[in-house]
Amino acid sequence: MNRLTLSGGRVIDPARDLDATLDVHLSEGRVLAVGAAPAGFCPDERIDVQGRWVLPGLVDLCARPLPDLAQETRAAAAGGITSLCVPPEVTPCIDTPAVAERLQHQGQQDARARLHLVGALTCALAGEQLAELAALRAAGCVAVSQGPGGLTDSQTLRQALAYAASHDLLVMLSPRDPWLYRHGCAHEGATSTRLGLPAIPGVAEAIGLARDLALVELTGVRAHFCRLSSAQSLPLLAQARARGLPVTADVAVHHLHLCDTDLARFDTLCRVDPPLRGMADRTGLRQAWADGLLTAVCSDHHPLGPDAKRLPFPQATPGIAGLETLLALALELVWAEHLPLSRAIASLTCAPAQALGLPVGTLAPGAPADLCVVDPEAIWTPTAQTQVSRGLNTPFLDRPLRGRVTHTLLGGRVVYRLDASGSDWP
Amino acid sequence: MMRPTPPDVLPLRHLLTTDGLSRPQILSILDLAESFLPVGARAVKKVPLLRGKTVVNLFFEPSTRTRMTFELAAKRLSADVLNLDVAHSSTRKGETLLDTLRNLEAMQMDMLVVRHAESGAADFFARHAAPHVSVLNAGDGRHAHPTQALLDMFTIRRHKADFTALTVVIVGDVAHSRVARSQIHALRILGVPDIRVVAPRTLLPVDIETLGVRVVPHLETALRDCDVVITLRLQRERMQGTFLPSEGEYFRHYGLDAARLALARPDALVMHPGPINRNVEIASAVADGPQSVILEQVTNGIAVRMAVMAQVLGRAPGQESAA
Repeated sequence: MNRLTLSGGRVIDPARDLDATLDVHLSEGRVLAVGAAPAGFCPDERIDVQGRWVLPGLVDLCARPLPDLAQETRAAAAGGITSLCVPPEVTPCIDTPAVAERLQHQGQQDARARLHLVGALTCALAGEQLAELAALRAAGCVAVSQGPGGLTDSQTLRQALAYAASHDLLVMLSPRDPWLYRHGCAHEGATSTRLGLPAIPGVAEAIGLARDLALVELTGVRAHFCRLSSAQSLPLLAQARARGLPVTADVAVHHLHLCDTDLARFDTLCRVDPPLRGMADRTGLRQAWADGLLTAVCSDHHPLGPDAKRLPFPQATPGIAGLETLLALALELVWAEHLPLSRAIASLTCAPAQALGLPVGTLAPGAPADLCVVDPEAIWTPTAQTQVSRGLNTPFLDRPLRGRVTHTLLGGRVVYRLDASGSDWP
Repeated sequence: MMRPTPPDVLPLRHLLTTDGLSRPQILSILDLAESFLPVGARAVKKVPLLRGKTVVNLFFEPSTRTRMTFELAAKRLSADVLNLDVAHSSTRKGETLLDTLRNLEAMQMDMLVVRHAESGAADFFARHAAPHVSVLNAGDGRHAHPTQALLDMFTIRRHKADFTALTVVIVGDVAHSRVARSQIHALRILGVPDIRVVAPRTLLPVDIETLGVRVVPHLETALRDCDVVITLRLQRERMQGTFLPSEGEYFRHYGLDAARLALARPDALVMHPGPINRNVEIASAVADGPQSVILEQVTNGIAVRMAVMAQVLGRAPGQESAA
């Protein structure tokens, strides 16, 4: 394994409250030192990163890097993301140790990012039979989840949470009231009324969250709530945390940028689950993200072929291919002074890592040498041509963004590099 | 009586919704429809405007009146008309909407008249249609039914001189009604200052006020001194379950009967997009009464659809508006 020094960059590592111009020394796939080189350290390679930022590799709490794992993790690398949490609802469903092990193995062979698998709470996510949760953990799963559909039956959920608690597993939950969600494809409000779309009220999430929090308290399980979208959920989460419940939550970056008015005339690229909510929800989510109540921001990456979106809006498959724009979209809100840079970086690095107990997301000596280098002044425009992911399903194409990843390192190895001649995945 | 078309009125390429149309655009369609109305009264009910053009009626939902009046309108303009009844077509065999569109384009159609159960379906066809194909929305989900709204405006205009002095009441299942949405936009664009909607809250979409209407809780209050009453059809499936307890209770509170109609202006029009449920949303005596223009709406529907087709297909190449 080669030894490498990144010299002269602005190192931002919120996990250690660090923001200073320092050299970063890597050895044997780990961070050796930040600052002065240890005595006798002689790097094989030195990369000059003056004027750039050096960040821990980003940790994305929800991304589906399938079916083309190699290509999707190239997209992750281009976005500075080194850790991907893969939810169980991918195909095949991660509900047995065999599936988990095969995916881990495939990841070690093909992937340019670390995969952290989330196992299924119930077999095939059907909500009837508990999956072998302890075996899934033994196979490497970092958490368990019922996927975006959630569990309708509160008794089943209670049992699943209690069982997960007895094995000290973290449960990732997508709170929703299934009946208020049924048939809906857009946020209930002036836009759904104008377009005549079957709608889902914001309270559908808050009702689900209230139930889930009560069951978390009852069972003592550790829980992480995925992709909160409604402002009505936020006080419930804040109260639960104030009472000391072991709960965290994330938000998808598109919910921080878009709202239901972006549906315009049935733009299927804006069909996501949960739906884009109202302006007031977006304001609330931005504030809760800045405050740290929403601890992490994720891409919710879901690459889709063109046919999935070439349908009338209610029939289109929900999802955005978001790996490559995650960082730049988060930075857009830093530039607009919605939150401090350190908080935005924390929500992309140490905060998601801590929520899931992953040993990444920091540049502390001894940590895996996963990091990215960012040119904060680079103005670039993602287009169908620049998109690395197989999915072109994003409403953020052709919109100039400021801040671009120039290097991504995974375990001390350069897995992505951008220079004057273009993108390269060594 | 033809008014001259202002030069700044661009003819439409598609007609997908009344939302966002300009007042001159609507008026030019109504004026053109006025000139087509006598065609239906002649012995030879045909004009040669669309000779050689092919119009396809693509109906994914059952319809009698709308499909027949679109067909009649196209035939009276001398177009060739194909009716694709989807219950018996290849979409039932798994063909995608996009493939259906491409196949119809391969048959050199010029205009697609589409009805579909999903909101946004007409926009979908318009977005993907070849440049020479125009799309007319004959009803998509709960979203829009623009030709119905235009024929309603046409009917109102034949009886009422000035839209800007009107009070219009819309009563019934607004939540599930594409007709109501298109009517509301059209009425607003034509300057109607007072649009009142009346329905139980299970049948009202949230934030309906943002469309520029006033929600009035009681039909009696709403009807007072109004000029036009539009009753909406109550779909059978809404009468069961949790939208409403029973059709009897609905009629007692929201049905238009003679006593309630007496609260409106004596010359108030009674309208309904059809087909009517007698004694559910409207009493037979009112539907058949002297203030009812329900059958006139049907007749006018042919002239208005002729006007829309003639304008859309008669436009000069490159001369079109984005709507």
